[in-house]
Amino acid sequence: MVALVIVAHSAKLAEGVRELAAQMTQGRVPIFAAGGVDDDILGTNAERIQEALAAALASSEQVLVLMDLGSAVLSARMAIDLLPEELRPRVRLSQAPLVEGAVVAAVEASIGKDVDEIEASAVEAARMPKVT
Amino acid sequence: MPLTQEAVRAWLQRCAAVLEENRDYLTQLDAAIGDADHGVNMDRGFKAAMARLTTLNAPDIGSIFKTVGMALVATVGGAGGPLYGTFFLQLGVKTAGKQELTPQDWAEALEAAVNGVIARGQARLGDKTMVDALLPALEAYKAALQDGASFVEALARSAAAAEEGMKATIPMVAKKGRASYLGERSAGHQDPGATSSYLILQAAAETWADVS
Repeated sequence: MVALVIVAHSAKLAEGVRELAAQMTQGRVPIFAAGGVDDDILGTNAERIQEALAAALASSEQVLVLMDLGSAVLSARMAIDLLPEELRPRVRLSQAPLVEGAVVAAVEASIGKDVDEIEASAVEAARMPKVT
Repeated sequence: MPLTQEAVRAWLQRCAAVLEENRDYLTQLDAAIGDADHGVNMDRGFKAAMARLTTLNAPDIGSIFKTVGMALVATVGGAGGPLYGTFFLQLGVKTAGKQELTPQDWAEALEAAVNGVIARGQARLGDKTMVDALLPALEAYKAALQDGASFVEALARSAAAAEEGMKATIPMVAKKGRASYLGERSAGHQDPGATSSYLILQAAAETWADVS
């Protein structure tokens, strides 16, 4: 099963998205939150993300990383580079929007889809009509 | 006389002091075109780096830079974390195993560091980023050494080029980072990342003004 890592500028935001996605899948999908510089300071922390990636890689063969804005992507890339080289190809960064993407990715992961299928569905989530 | 571990530590300490002095200035620059945290972030990052260095019994210069890089990655928070983290980690890669640095060693380390920042951030010259200060500084340093300038003179020319590059960011329209969300409205403001890069290289020129 594919694991998810949630990267956001706020620890609360990352944890909240993790909670939301976990609720959809009743804890069947391993989801790890890596938000904030620490629990109080806004920002992203590549060391924190690396720890979440390592935990996710210990539970799953493939990991999809969902991110919020700006430096989240830079820090996630840095965190991947801090991993042992042989683990790096098992991590993929998602283009999807954070909240919708994480919920859709969790549902798709819970039914055993592979990482490419999950990413495609998560990206598609951005186009789902919200107000009809 | 080449740079010793003590000279390297003195530069980093000066960086921390200068970034503390300019914390509000950098944050004001960032407030105009970004998320108003660059000064606070860099100050916090360098304070954390200095704390880690205090307890580090460094076997070589590379491990000093590596310690600073990892501290910045974990504590700066904004894009400056991975970017300056990469800068110092790359300095660390090039100076691993070295007890002292010659002017040529510094050229190679600075080149690796600047290229690392470019690779990490995918920014080009003119995108209104750190690269606009760092790349001219690297080129000026290398050109000065080729002209036969002394280490001190080369560092001074490098810092001057960084300052010029920093000022050149004022009319630019941001292509990267939070400032790029502003589009044309980012013009007319000096880039905070280019400014902190200048401060760091200026600190090197000042700290090492009496090395050789």
